[in-house]
Amino acid sequence: MTLEIVAAALVGGLLTGGVYALVALGLTLIYGVLHIVNFAHGSLLMVAMFAAWLLFARFHIDPYASLPLVTLVMFAFGWVLYRFVIARISRGEDRAILLATLGIAVVLDNAALVLFTGDVRTAETAWSFAMVEAGPLLLPAAKLVSFGVALALGCALWLLMTATDTGRAIRAVAHEPEGARLVGIRPARTFALAYGIGTGCLGAAACLLLPSFYVSPQIGHVFVLVAFTIVVLGGMGSFPGAVVGALLLGVVESLGGLLLGESLGPIGVSLSFIAVLLLRPQGLFGARA
Amino acid sequence: MISRIVAIALAALALVPFALPSQSLVSLAFLAVVAALLGTGWNIAGGFGGLTSFGHAIFFGVGAYATALLQARHGLSPWLGLPVGAMLGGLIGWLIGVAAFRAGLRGSYFALVTLAFAEAFRVIANSLDYTGGGLGILIPLRPGLSSFQFADRRTSYALALALLAVALAVSAWLRRSRFGARLAAVRESEDAARALGIEPLHVKAAALALSGAITATGGVLYTQTYLYIDPTIAFGPERSVEMLLVAMVGGAGTVLGPLLGALVLQGITEGSRALSTTPGVAPMLYGLVLLAVVGLLPGGIVRLLRGRAA
Repeated sequence: MTLEIVAAALVGGLLTGGVYALVALGLTLIYGVLHIVNFAHGSLLMVAMFAAWLLFARFHIDPYASLPLVTLVMFAFGWVLYRFVIARISRGEDRAILLATLGIAVVLDNAALVLFTGDVRTAETAWSFAMVEAGPLLLPAAKLVSFGVALALGCALWLLMTATDTGRAIRAVAHEPEGARLVGIRPARTFALAYGIGTGCLGAAACLLLPSFYVSPQIGHVFVLVAFTIVVLGGMGSFPGAVVGALLLGVVESLGGLLLGESLGPIGVSLSFIAVLLLRPQGLFGARA
Repeated sequence: MISRIVAIALAALALVPFALPSQSLVSLAFLAVVAALLGTGWNIAGGFGGLTSFGHAIFFGVGAYATALLQARHGLSPWLGLPVGAMLGGLIGWLIGVAAFRAGLRGSYFALVTLAFAEAFRVIANSLDYTGGGLGILIPLRPGLSSFQFADRRTSYALALALLAVALAVSAWLRRSRFGARLAAVRESEDAARALGIEPLHVKAAALALSGAITATGGVLYTQTYLYIDPTIAFGPERSVEMLLVAMVGGAGTVLGPLLGALVLQGITEGSRALSTTPGVAPMLYGLVLLAVVGLLPGGIVRLLRGRAA
């Protein structure tokens, strides 16, 4: 095994990790603010990918061009879902929230199966097969773009949370809902807003993934464990943790595939998840478990 | 009193398939009983113990692969599959329980770690030559009592009923025994239980072991009936979700809940199949039923029968 192959796997893993970061940022935001484990996250990503795919297949809109629209639509979908389904069903109980998000995942996955059948679909754009030469390495252009945009959006999200009134309100509610209410913030609205933003991230992630990935009703299963692994690895609720965790997991996955082969390789993800949960449940950066 | 009437009605209903002329109708009854058996297994940890597992397919798959491997790789009697599968299911349940509860995992974190274990098992079964990789294992057809294969589905059905009766007896025992009382105490408050001298770690790990053993018997029975197992059938997330649904819809933490849940879900499957053959319709309805039960009827269908006060 030459050094070049390992280097290519490392860089490829980091690039994949960039998109994982965007999926995980939404999940960690939802956990950090609402303290709920959003089991529907993978299925919501699947919905966003189908939305972007439909726009591409029916109206020939490039996924990169439809990114703002899909992000907005997913934000609205998440907001409505929280306000009218999750909040109503769960009444604030942990187990009920967990089961409500699981139920939503089951409904969405199978609704997609009914509407689109189980076929695997792709959206081949000019970006899908383009390569960029970087020294001895050939890098897929679609992954470079998604890496760059994902990191930029991650920074924008961080700015939103730290430098705007909306972000301050969200953090206030996350920290102390009663205190936030006393200063005029409505926790119920803020929760829906945070869930909407977390879901909106998936709209952007879906458009970035589409040129280099495939869509199917089961695609959520591929991402749900990955996203949870990243979020737990980085510390539930931590933004920098989610980004570092995502890059780390991208590399673990890519090296796992290289060293263990295609069929045993994916075990790297579930084993690192189990190891982190058992040995360091607060994550690499998180102080609060 | 009402639960006794329900129990007698269910026992009478259980005898109906023996009089059915059609093997395919008996097959449906068999599937409903296996679903009830798996749901009852899940319910011991998830209902009585409050340990919500998203990865109970681990135990189903371990039982399924145990019986398949004993025959296909070692030429041993499939009747060994039942005790070996149950013991392995119990052992793995205990090991996962000790590891997870020693690390202090509870609630959503426990659900996630079980999901990750199921995925790890699926990947391993998918990549080893010993387990047949992605192709799975086909058990040679040899109908007969000694090879644990029955040409008449009614025999499989009778066996499924017997295993379900054992599982229900274990559930009923949990409601009355000291161990069951300890488990309930730990579920309600670990600190209070510890103050009474109960060690939560041991009680929860034992509950997961018992739950794993019962769930594994369902996997053995399933494999001996369909004579085929592959990594997705055994360890896929759909399997785990089905067990959880059966117990939650019927009523988690009650003896008869999973049985009622299995009947309702099987009814939905058949009803939706009559309306539409598009794949995905029945599972989508399951999801909606789960949302409705969690939102409107947190105690499950059992609560409906007993009235809201019970």
